[in-house]
Amino acid sequence: MSWARFFRRRRWDEERARELQSYLEMETDENVARGLSPEAARDAARRKLGEPLRIREEIYRMNTMGIVDAFAQDLRYGLRILRLNPGFAAVAILSLALGVGANSAIFQLLNAVRIRTLPVKDPSELVEVRIADRKGAVGRFNGRFPQLTNPLWEGIRDKAEGFSDLAAWGTSRFDLSDGGEARYAEGIWVSGGFFPTLGVRPAAGRLLRLDDDVRGCASPGVVIGHSFWQREFGGDPAAVGRRLRLDGHLFPIVGVSAPGFFGVEVGRSFDVAVPLCAEPIISGVSGDLDRRDWWFLTVLGRIKPDWTATRVTAQLASLSPGILQDTVSPRFSPDDVKKYLAFSLAAFPAGTGVSSLRRNYERPLWILLAMTTLVLLIACANLANLMLARASAREREIAVRLAIGASRGRIVRQLMAESLLLAGAGAAAGGLLARWLSTSLVAFLSSESNRLFVDLQMDWRVLAFTSGLAVLTCVLFGLAPAVRATHVAPAAAMKSGGRGVTSSRERFGLRRGLVVAQMALSLVLVVGALLFVGTLRNLLTVDPGFRPDDLLVASMDLRRAGVPEGQRVAAKKDIVDALARLPGVTAAAHVDVLPISGSGWNQTILVGGVAQKDFPQLNRVSPGYFKTMGTPFVAGRDFEETDTGSSVTVAIVNETFARTYLGGGDPLRQAFQIQEPPGAPRPQYQVVGVVKDTKYYNLREPFKPIAYLAAAQETQPDEYLQVVMRTAAPSATAPAVTRTVAGVHPLVALTFDTMSSQLRRTVQSEALMATLTGSFGVLAGVIAAIGLYGVMSYLVARRRNEIGIRMALGADRAAVVKMVLRESGMLLAAGIVVGAVLAVGAARTASALLFGLTPGDPITFAKAVAGLAAVAALASYLPAARAARIDPTLALREQ
Amino acid sequence: MPKKGNPPLQGELLQGTLDLLILKTLALGPAHGHTIAHVIERRSDAVLQVEHGSLYPALHRLEDREWIASFWGTSENNRRARYYRLTPAGRKRLVEQESRWDDLVRAIDRVLRPAPEER
Repeated sequence: MSWARFFRRRRWDEERARELQSYLEMETDENVARGLSPEAARDAARRKLGEPLRIREEIYRMNTMGIVDAFAQDLRYGLRILRLNPGFAAVAILSLALGVGANSAIFQLLNAVRIRTLPVKDPSELVEVRIADRKGAVGRFNGRFPQLTNPLWEGIRDKAEGFSDLAAWGTSRFDLSDGGEARYAEGIWVSGGFFPTLGVRPAAGRLLRLDDDVRGCASPGVVIGHSFWQREFGGDPAAVGRRLRLDGHLFPIVGVSAPGFFGVEVGRSFDVAVPLCAEPIISGVSGDLDRRDWWFLTVLGRIKPDWTATRVTAQLASLSPGILQDTVSPRFSPDDVKKYLAFSLAAFPAGTGVSSLRRNYERPLWILLAMTTLVLLIACANLANLMLARASAREREIAVRLAIGASRGRIVRQLMAESLLLAGAGAAAGGLLARWLSTSLVAFLSSESNRLFVDLQMDWRVLAFTSGLAVLTCVLFGLAPAVRATHVAPAAAMKSGGRGVTSSRERFGLRRGLVVAQMALSLVLVVGALLFVGTLRNLLTVDPGFRPDDLLVASMDLRRAGVPEGQRVAAKKDIVDALARLPGVTAAAHVDVLPISGSGWNQTILVGGVAQKDFPQLNRVSPGYFKTMGTPFVAGRDFEETDTGSSVTVAIVNETFARTYLGGGDPLRQAFQIQEPPGAPRPQYQVVGVVKDTKYYNLREPFKPIAYLAAAQETQPDEYLQVVMRTAAPSATAPAVTRTVAGVHPLVALTFDTMSSQLRRTVQSEALMATLTGSFGVLAGVIAAIGLYGVMSYLVARRRNEIGIRMALGADRAAVVKMVLRESGMLLAAGIVVGAVLAVGAARTASALLFGLTPGDPITFAKAVAGLAAVAALASYLPAARAARIDPTLALREQ
Repeated sequence: MPKKGNPPLQGELLQGTLDLLILKTLALGPAHGHTIAHVIERRSDAVLQVEHGSLYPALHRLEDREWIASFWGTSENNRRARYYRLTPAGRKRLVEQESRWDDLVRAIDRVLRPAPEER
């Protein structure tokens, strides 16, 4: 049997009909020629041929497949039924679409950031080489994945075996502008082997090779990313060969990487890849690459086919002592050296790349996936209930069909076809919704200064997930009602026809169970939503120790201004003073480490010559910083103009610092030293002031001990300056700041941020969780309310007679309302008990994401229960009121 | 109509035998269903009385296996008719089937009329 014929079986049948007709005509002709009358001739011909319809049927059967045909029939029938009930179909498809859409969207994100491997050649062969446990490493850390230093990378490159290719890379950003407000490109430092290791192809020109990355290179070529090429050059092939300005230095573009290749970091897309050897050109400091305490690289390798990750790790472990011994930094203290030499290199699978997005969002995403699954389950339970109601409305029809010989299986199949149609339509709509949802989620997390790139293209996993959901939902909400519908004795169903005084309890067991399940799952979702909303509220209302509104932050890069080291302190002071005089700016100050920015600086201190346990956090600020931030002094004074490089070194500490390290006596009479490399001067910092505690890295942490040093007393100032300004109109002030800075030093590059948007970014993950779980909670509550309403209305309708009798016997309306409400109250109570148990367990898995709330927070639970009870009361009051309006005489006469 | 005393064989055709008869008939040249039915009936001296209707599913099956091909043509007395012709594959099949039929007949014959055994 051929498919072509299967699909053309109707035309084929017509063809056969004509052929048989032609036989009859010929036979008739012959019979007439033999002398029969035309009628007799035609009859004889018919007899000779046999029944044409039977012959055609036989041939038709040869052309078809019974199951497929019956299935198509079922689908057509289902479609007709659904078209007759557009309201039901719309509710069903919409609720499924929301459930499937939310599920697929979250899965799409998880797939993109966690599951999918990098779009490079044989990603399963890729491993990352790093120090297994790098805790205790000291030095400068740059970029998002500072795993290794350049000397360590060179050691690995020269000594490691078992790799067919090895490459190092690090993240950076490069200013594309030639002065004024900076425009940053997402950059990566790459060793020459980066592109060959990954097996990436160029879209234009060529990619970097090993010989592009040679120490001391003068003007090495750079490779740009495909999207950057499209964005900046409109995809012009002539871009190759042009020169690109990076931090003020010009580099020739040698090629463009293939479309779809975004780098090794999932969640970002690189704009420009610069060979490592260009680092001294861009930083303007020679010898940086030899710094043994500058961590900024990640090493990737491709394992040789005959090696395994375990064997490579064993080999790396045996090489580690030698490599580490050769790269001990002279800046390390003896303690640091001990820790450093104890490190061990190892290989880790890297086929899925690295991702800070994954680090921050993997857990929330799994929790969200679990919650969306609950939403889908609730929607399924609801649909199952609706289907049950419809099935019982069709009880008589089904009974008739069973009675005249339809098989049970055939009727189940037919009812399932209807469910499959609903599930299919719901999943298709959900798939579309998912695309929109996941794109908006990424847009929500992305910002100008933190451009995210998540490749959300459909792949087989997402398709399989969504269609799997469709099948699952179909079985979940369709199978039980379909099977149940056929388990009716035809005689009983046809006889009863809605006449029973009251329906038996057993027949409602399933529907009651479904409502209880819906209530329970809704409670879990509502509790979850309230916990995450509470967490966000707690974070937003927590006192960071400063006033975050109306703060403008300008970050400046002075490298191109070419200020010699000796004049930098003065140059920075000039800029800060000029900005402080701007109209609208009430205060301005230099700050090295902006609070809540995620960056930090800590070092061991010595009090009375004794090294203290744990590192306090450090910061360097200029006079007026605390006034600008709105952090009050507890004792002592601010830095003053008289605190200069030639005066006594002074420090301001926060309360926690004073309590932790300066326990005995007045902090203002004490001093501390900062641990410096052997041989470097170790001045005593005289504490001159104590300020209130402030948050340092993030809002969740407890207050840490912080010591502030004076910007004017910095001995080795760098070429970066960060100024924080208090101004009523932060965004309007920025242009004036740019002009003022340009007036002092024309070549300074600037970027702006506001403290409040930075705060918003730090609670972004919490805001996402609160928004999403909040909407899931509302959705779940609404669906569960619809479910309860449906079941209660149905119960009331079925018990019309009973209620009529009760009223005739003297029950008043209030009693009837009470009866119905008691019924739904019991369902609600059962749901809440089950749900509370589930919710406590579920909340515990999310406890790490909560802030200021315990997973079992009683107030949250009380709120959730109250909210659900209110919704349930509303949903059951309407049917109850309807029951109370029943006219006993009418209800009884209906019998 | 049977000319001898035996009743016509009807519905007793072995599966595949009808196929063989059709293929053999078509080996003479293209023909339409009506002709094929009559040729089989005539050549077997009406012993093999095919119910003419049962021919058509068989034709369909053979065409499906690509042993015969069909086309619309005009019959001797100017009627539109569907003609069948043998394909090369069908010709090969016919040769195979004929030799198998011979084997079968010989085998049955040996069973029915065993040669006198040598003692």
